[in-house]
Amino acid sequence: MSTPTIGVLALQGDVREHARSLVLSGAVAVGVRRPEELDDVDALVIPGGESTTMWKLAVAFEMFDPIQQRIKTGMPAYGSCAGMIMLADRIEGGVEGQQTLGGLDMIVRRNAFGRQVDSFEHDLDLPGIQGFRAIFIRAPWVESVGNDVEVLARAGDRIVAVRQGPLLATSFHPELTGDARVHSYFVEMVREL
Amino acid sequence: MSSLETTPSVGTARVKRGMAEMLKGGVIMDVVTAEQAKIAEDAGAVAVMALERVPADIRAQGGVSRMSDPDMIDGIIEAVSIPVMAKARIGHFTEAAVLQALGVDYVDESEVLTPADYANHIDKWRFTVPFVCGATNLGEALRRITEGAAMIRSKGEAGTGDVSNAVTHMRTIRGELRRLSTLPEDELYVAAKELQAPYELVAEVAREGKLPVVLFTAGGIATPADAAMMMQLGAEGVFVGSGIFKSGNPAQRAAAIVKATTFFDDPDVIAKVSRGLGEAMVGINVDDIPVPHRLAERGW
Repeated sequence: MSTPTIGVLALQGDVREHARSLVLSGAVAVGVRRPEELDDVDALVIPGGESTTMWKLAVAFEMFDPIQQRIKTGMPAYGSCAGMIMLADRIEGGVEGQQTLGGLDMIVRRNAFGRQVDSFEHDLDLPGIQGFRAIFIRAPWVESVGNDVEVLARAGDRIVAVRQGPLLATSFHPELTGDARVHSYFVEMVREL
Repeated sequence: MSSLETTPSVGTARVKRGMAEMLKGGVIMDVVTAEQAKIAEDAGAVAVMALERVPADIRAQGGVSRMSDPDMIDGIIEAVSIPVMAKARIGHFTEAAVLQALGVDYVDESEVLTPADYANHIDKWRFTVPFVCGATNLGEALRRITEGAAMIRSKGEAGTGDVSNAVTHMRTIRGELRRLSTLPEDELYVAAKELQAPYELVAEVAREGKLPVVLFTAGGIATPADAAMMMQLGAEGVFVGSGIFKSGNPAQRAAAIVKATTFFDDPDVIAKVSRGLGEAMVGINVDDIPVPHRLAERGW
């Protein structure tokens, strides 16, 4: 699988920016809006956007269960911001009844860093990635993680990047910078599996 | 691990423009009460626009239209977890500062309200909160971006339920973008003069073939098919003003417009969600509105 095909969940959010970063990282990127389109991808990116909107659209268009099933059977997935919320087993600060796809054994707090006036840029170090300019927009943070979750980065004392097996999540938006190193890390994860 | 104190910076162009990127493919709905905001959130809106009166009522009632009451904005911020936008009058930098202080996520410097300054727009670079501004053509969009707008929307003719002006503005902006990207470099100087926009920005847009910020549509969108058509014309998302809460069944219409915006290129989905929505807003033909009362003419 030297050139994996990676889907970007295209219900809402910054789909194009993720696709561009995936292509820069040597993958083929395709938008995924329908259950049958999920069958053609080796992995899935859940973009930044509004998690409540994505959840409702995923349920309405019968995407929610199929994605959850693929994640359970080992499909690699990466979520940024809203995508991190979608991949969390448990969330705080969600709307009533808000469901997540889950897969990552962690609690994520929605909008934890505050409103838009609090949104910020910050230099981070991740394993093998030094000095990454991270953009946080009404961003969530990880409150706590289970034993099998590896913490990849913190901003201050807050956990903002995690990995558990084939699942990767960041509070921030690497897709907005044109620096594709986080996406390359994910594409490498997909190649290894 | 690094300390938060060393490098973070708020209110940068990337943070402001990035916020708009997160709204793409979504619907932003005008609301005048916390209850409406909740209905919008439940329907899948990506954000709500808090304002005192929807454009259709501003039109009907007349008078000077201003920024909303802070208590009302607080109530909406309290009621929903999605981003909250609010409108300030064109040029009214103090209304914008108040909205920023209230914690609003985006300020719409809007022609729907009565302009406060007929010469200058707000210097939007001075704010931490990002701004969205209306435009009827590329030159206007570029002037707003020069002043610091982090998101552009077509103006349309708000409060009418008549989508024709939104179509004209979107086709104009996209057409001018296409034309600009075909020009040889030595013709960009005159293009900048004609667009009345800075050469550097014009050259950047010509090179990229797109605006450096997200482009939404607004003004007169009343049905799922309206929203889907505007997406096909190149809008990256949709503002719906009076179209939802001036209709017969707001919750269902709101959810239908959200779905049609995502599946804008799938007529089967648009047909399905368009069934049983009840009455659309009554609407006014833009041609029947005397020119001095057309909101899209405000801003320059």
